[in-house]
Amino acid sequence: MEKELRLMKGNEAVAEAAIRAGADGYFGYPITPQSEILEYLMEANPQVTTGMVVLQAESEVAAINMVYGGAACGKKVMTSSSSPGISLKQEGITYIAGAELPCLIVNVVRGGPGLGTIQPAQSDYFQATKGGGHGDYHLIVLAPSSVQEMADFVELAFDLAFKYRNPTMILSDGAIGQMMEKVWLKPQKKRSEEILPWATTGKPATRERNIITSLDLDPARQEKFNHKLIAKYREIEENEVRFEEFMTEDAEYLFVAYGTSARICQKALQLARDEGIKAGLLRPITLFPYPKKRLNELADTVKGMLAVEMSAGQMVEDVMLSVNGKTRVSHYGRMGGMIPTPEEVLENMKSFIKG
Amino acid sequence: MAKIKGAVVIDTERCKGCEVCVVTCPTDTLALAVEVNAKGYHYCYAANPETCIGCANCAVVCPDGVITVYKIKVG
Amino acid sequence: MADITFNDIIKPENLTYKKSRLMTDNVMHYCPGCGHSTAHRVLAEVIEEEDLQSRTVGITPVGCSVLMYNYIDVDFQEAAHGRAPALATAVKRLMPDKFVFTYQGDGDLAAIGTAETIHTCNRGENILILFINNGIYGMTGGQMAPTTLEGMKSSTSPYGRDIATMGSPVKMADIVAMLPGTCFVTRHSVNTAGGVRKLKRAIKKAVQYQNEKRGTCFIEVVSNCPSGWKMTPVESNKWMEENMFPFYPLGDIKVPAE
Repeated sequence: MEKELRLMKGNEAVAEAAIRAGADGYFGYPITPQSEILEYLMEANPQVTTGMVVLQAESEVAAINMVYGGAACGKKVMTSSSSPGISLKQEGITYIAGAELPCLIVNVVRGGPGLGTIQPAQSDYFQATKGGGHGDYHLIVLAPSSVQEMADFVELAFDLAFKYRNPTMILSDGAIGQMMEKVWLKPQKKRSEEILPWATTGKPATRERNIITSLDLDPARQEKFNHKLIAKYREIEENEVRFEEFMTEDAEYLFVAYGTSARICQKALQLARDEGIKAGLLRPITLFPYPKKRLNELADTVKGMLAVEMSAGQMVEDVMLSVNGKTRVSHYGRMGGMIPTPEEVLENMKSFIKG
Repeated sequence: MAKIKGAVVIDTERCKGCEVCVVTCPTDTLALAVEVNAKGYHYCYAANPETCIGCANCAVVCPDGVITVYKIKVG
Repeated sequence: MADITFNDIIKPENLTYKKSRLMTDNVMHYCPGCGHSTAHRVLAEVIEEEDLQSRTVGITPVGCSVLMYNYIDVDFQEAAHGRAPALATAVKRLMPDKFVFTYQGDGDLAAIGTAETIHTCNRGENILILFINNGIYGMTGGQMAPTTLEGMKSSTSPYGRDIATMGSPVKMADIVAMLPGTCFVTRHSVNTAGGVRKLKRAIKKAVQYQNEKRGTCFIEVVSNCPSGWKMTPVESNKWMEENMFPFYPLGDIKVPAE
């Protein structure tokens, strides 16, 4: 298979990209608005082409634990779900983080809390970036804002997951999951046959047995392990921050937005510039690690930052932490599956500027 | 007819004194010691070694695998 | 005959029984007389005798046997409570040539992990589920389990299990035997030498069926919990024979057609 241009839904792009990235397994459970991922994979039937396992589990809980088992074998495995399902997966995710295993989790976010709506939202930011399950841990979190990035971030997520032996999440939303755009798909990669030294693949005479666990009954050892995790997260913060800037060179006011909100802010930015407002946009691509340093630098040159999110105000806390009081920070958000228009975002920027 | 003679070697320090072997032994070879091991357990020992027939039942039921069994044919 | 000494007998060529070399040197944390230890040893013996070490992946549960990976020298994954069959499903699907087993207690398999147990068996995953049923939560201190017998006292059924308010004990082996995905369902015990030997033969069969991709093998071991039941090991085995075996009768429940 060569590089190929297709018109696809974001969810379909994730599925096709997973096959092409040489994924070994997908384990999922249907939930709107991301069921196309499982449906696409079942129809594509990669078991007969690449050997990729695709399995519909009995629950999100089972699916994430299948990912845990597969990841413990050193395999490239993934799952996907939407907000209520991701809540169910949190138990497995914290075990995976605690056992330091690589995997990909895709969250196509819908409005909450509870069963909420099936429309897009960005209200799982805290859950995705601050841990989500119990214990001190972080996922690496990638936030696509196009169907192209839905595809591209699959391979990136796997690469980061294996590089750091850490679960990685693609934090998307119902809009990007459902929208159709053209997308360049990469050529088919062969599935890896490498046996990783730490993986549970059967103990040969040449090594000690491998044990994948997140349990340590010795508190001193557990604390040492916690420090090891923290050091890993610091390393990730050092090396893996990704973001995109628009017209920040001369910006007096900055939009800070990711995913769908960033697309809307791009348009709002144009409208602002048309009216002579020197606005700029910083779009975090990694939500953990967060582009703290860059925001702190920009805080020296702008007069204020407006975080735009489809939530009650979650990422805005990271903006505040990043600028640490150096500039004004405010938030504009819609919730419950409502998507803001560029015009209303601009209006809010204007009132923010007025103070 | 050949007779079987057995013998047991017991890792008394790892024995937890559960007594399961004692009640399993068909020839009353085993008993718990009056003394205790370092963990404080009344460990099992061959109180009547001459009766052992090497059937290995004690070792087979021993949870902690502390018994090793040998046997030979005599006569 | 009187000439034969102890030292004459304990020569390597006369060795009759010795614990498996796959048992590590770690002293097992189980209470004296606990059936878990015996079941571990039997499993290790089969893995050794069938030469499975290099292709075995075991999944441990949450419960008393959570630390099983310290005792048998094979690769292990430690699952979340009740989820071992989900892990095993993925391991076997991704690496079909491995010997994959889960080892689970009654709380793990029959309460919190019921969905995983049922659906793994229903899909007929080619794995072995080794189920230790001692009718109580041992690790957390003797609370009522889904398999606790009617009238049986535990720290959370201090007046005895009351069927009207607490439900009846669950016969998981009988339930999974009804599913077409299981090929071999059998119930054993480890309190007698004969029982241990039968269990060993059953595990060997399960290995064979897994090699032949016949479906899920489910082996229940009705076991004791001297500490949880507040009895001596010998008393607990007697109590088990008198009370557990009538409700959970030993023997094959489902065997594949040869």
